[in-house]
Amino acid sequence: MPGLDAGVPEGALETKWTRHRSQVGLVAPANKPRHSLIVVGSGLAGASGAASLAELGYHVACFCFQDSPRRAHSIAAQGGINAAKNYQNDGDSVFRLFYDTLKGGDFRSREANVYRLAELSANIIDQCTAQGVPFAREYGGLLANRSFGGVQVSRTFYARGQTGQQLLLGAYQSLARQIGQGTVTMHARHEMLDLVVIDGAARGIVVRDLVTGELSRHVADAVILATGGYSNIYYLSTNAKGCNVTAIWRAHRRGAAFANPCFTQIHPTCIPPTGHHQAKLTLMSESLRNDGRIWVPKRAGDHRPPQEIPEGDRDYYLERLYPSYGNLVPRDLASRRAKDVCDEGRGVGPAGHGVYLDFHDAIARHGERFIAERYGNLFEMYERITGENPYHTPMRIYPAPHYTMGGLWVDYNLMSTVPGLFVIGEANFSDHGANRLGASALMQGLADGYFILPYAVGDYLAHARLAAVDDAHTAFRDVEREVGERVAQLLAARGQRSADHFHRDLGRVMWDRCGMSRNATGLTEAIEQVRTLRQEFWRDVYVGGDGRDFNQALEHAGRVADFLELAELMCHDALDREESCGCHFREEHQTPDGEAARDDEHFSYVAAWEFAGVGVPPRLRKEPLTFQEVHPSQRSYK
Amino acid sequence: MDLVLHVWRQRGPAAPGGFVRYVPEGVSPDMSFLEVLDLLNEQLIGRHEEPIAFDHDCREGICGACGMVINGRPHGPRRATTACQLHMRHFPNDAEIWVEPWRARAFPVVKDLVVDRRAFDRLIQAGGFISVRVGSAPEANATLVPRRDAELAMDAAQCIGCGACVAACPNASAMLFVAAKVAHLGLLPQGQPEREARVLTMVEAMDAAGFGPCSNHGECMAACPKEIRIDFIARLNRDYLRALVRHEPPKGDVQPTEG
Repeated sequence: MPGLDAGVPEGALETKWTRHRSQVGLVAPANKPRHSLIVVGSGLAGASGAASLAELGYHVACFCFQDSPRRAHSIAAQGGINAAKNYQNDGDSVFRLFYDTLKGGDFRSREANVYRLAELSANIIDQCTAQGVPFAREYGGLLANRSFGGVQVSRTFYARGQTGQQLLLGAYQSLARQIGQGTVTMHARHEMLDLVVIDGAARGIVVRDLVTGELSRHVADAVILATGGYSNIYYLSTNAKGCNVTAIWRAHRRGAAFANPCFTQIHPTCIPPTGHHQAKLTLMSESLRNDGRIWVPKRAGDHRPPQEIPEGDRDYYLERLYPSYGNLVPRDLASRRAKDVCDEGRGVGPAGHGVYLDFHDAIARHGERFIAERYGNLFEMYERITGENPYHTPMRIYPAPHYTMGGLWVDYNLMSTVPGLFVIGEANFSDHGANRLGASALMQGLADGYFILPYAVGDYLAHARLAAVDDAHTAFRDVEREVGERVAQLLAARGQRSADHFHRDLGRVMWDRCGMSRNATGLTEAIEQVRTLRQEFWRDVYVGGDGRDFNQALEHAGRVADFLELAELMCHDALDREESCGCHFREEHQTPDGEAARDDEHFSYVAAWEFAGVGVPPRLRKEPLTFQEVHPSQRSYK
Repeated sequence: MDLVLHVWRQRGPAAPGGFVRYVPEGVSPDMSFLEVLDLLNEQLIGRHEEPIAFDHDCREGICGACGMVINGRPHGPRRATTACQLHMRHFPNDAEIWVEPWRARAFPVVKDLVVDRRAFDRLIQAGGFISVRVGSAPEANATLVPRRDAELAMDAAQCIGCGACVAACPNASAMLFVAAKVAHLGLLPQGQPEREARVLTMVEAMDAAGFGPCSNHGECMAACPKEIRIDFIARLNRDYLRALVRHEPPKGDVQPTEG
């Protein structure tokens, strides 16, 4: 297979984006309203993208499966958003943010994209502040910052523990303004079920109205997917229950390459599960690691309550192993080390799946009021869920699937391998490599939507020669028929098990074999298990209803069916990447002290997979990663 | 735990609805209220009965999707807690629990416990924003915001748009929702240019959407999972009066101007 070319502009790293911006094609103001664009998803990337495109004069249709665009899962991001403002005078710069992000991703992301992200970070803070996002402030009225994992400067902007909510409301309000002006048509409670490709270009989508069950066709000159990540493949994750892979998976089946699907972030600070009934896991913001100290008992099987374990019997393992970053090591390391100590039998809590996150020292040093001001709402949430008061008893935390660095492959212009199909936010793969640093997902979603997409889409439209099509085109009719048949097939199975049942089973396979630590035997077995499960699913799932009204079981079944296909691709990717990097820890490839052993000679590439059929091994295309400005080094946080 | 649930079942907006009695098996005190509904739904699907439709998404109390009246109170009995964060340990064993959808003219029932809250979106579309074109924002620290104002704005901005305030209000008024947005944006210097137009258009849209008037019951504040205070309603009333006196645009022409 030929390799993939990202079309990164020539020239020095710091001039690429500026030069590119002044060279892209433009669409004249009078012509913009003649172009229809589709944006699927209304999170930070989708809402900001739809609003920015509409503001320029394009006619935009925006779709989301939630009852309102304001509920997209970006809303749940707690900690903050990075920006290279250097307001703290602590040595931050665009280069440093770029380097931290690239290094945090273990040198498996595209250098030019990451640099552009760092460059745009400051504009995002300006834009959001102007929209009225109530960021935390100092007494003098200036914006406040805090520090986050994997870095040594304070560059994170935040709005209490609800930064995602406030940024999303800012983007949502911009979108609402455009809806009010009639430049965006909003379709809430509509789910994209397929992509329509005509003459090799993305020309529209087929959606299902989740209230009436009706299918409809929507035509456009370009389609933008901003549909988030697929951590819910593990069943238990920190994602909202509705998060799914369907939109990007359907696009993958229509020709869009899927990059690095096995790069999934397991977040270290989540509330441990309590039982089989658990529907999802709750994240506790990483910002807690600024003041909380992580420890477990030194001795396996020490079941004393935490207050009765004296200082000498505690192992503050992150501080011990990584003296210079301590509790603020990147997420992949913090998660893996937590798994190690639990595997050694030193885990705490009912099932031994937990480590302590202790605020005793911070409270003694700064007082309870200070801690309440910083983390009050997180402490409350913890108490509500566990019934324990973290001001007096250390929190118990355990890793949980949280974010997917993998996603559809995009070039420098955020366009997938299908011309006219753009992918932004978590749904694409581009900026976080093999591990994402805290407070950078919000940054990427907004950089993509506000600042990159408008140029990229304009450039495409200026150069594309698109025939006029309408929704009566055979391609639209065919896709709609296929979607209808699939819905009918789900309803017709009338077996014995719910979609949820299959979802749980799938989640267990993926968590055990393609989770925090992977090996060839486990992955090979997982592929077989997933295939069997998929066959059983289509034979034995029970959905109920007739598909002509509001049917949440049907929605879920369709999403699980797509997860069952993606799972196999993830395992293939993990199996093929014979190295350890960032979140991808292959047990066969580790240094003597148990750190990830990267193999730049053989694996310094993006693995972009093409769909070859269900159950058929996918085809691999590689985008070589070349580094112009930095030299990939062995990541060290010691 | 042994529980009896009486859940409102309604096939569609025009269909008649009614309570149906269920006895879910295997409820544990560690479950959230929505996990009990999940459990019950699995048991219903197992018997090939139709599961209960209810909105939910983040299950962390921030997306605002979930909302149901539990024993007569929106989101149930706990202070500052959404239904998804309500845990069964707060109910006695043998509890009998009544669950029904938000009831308000502006929020028609879609199915069972699911209602259509798009009226809230229309209120924001009417003026709940600051008009700022991408690319023309000034340097963020160029405008100082006193910390007190930023904190107060944040108190109001926390609204999750769940609609509990409307469900709790005997008049089904959306005053707390509108007040929170008007206060959030009106407290910040960036929100001043459109402050008067905003309050006028949002109040007008609120009346047009079929929400009732405010008569100071205060039930909204008691039900709000984010504890948004009715002081903001007083602020809304002040802003509205001020705008009426100062703004005086011809009626029907109060759209905020293009930026």
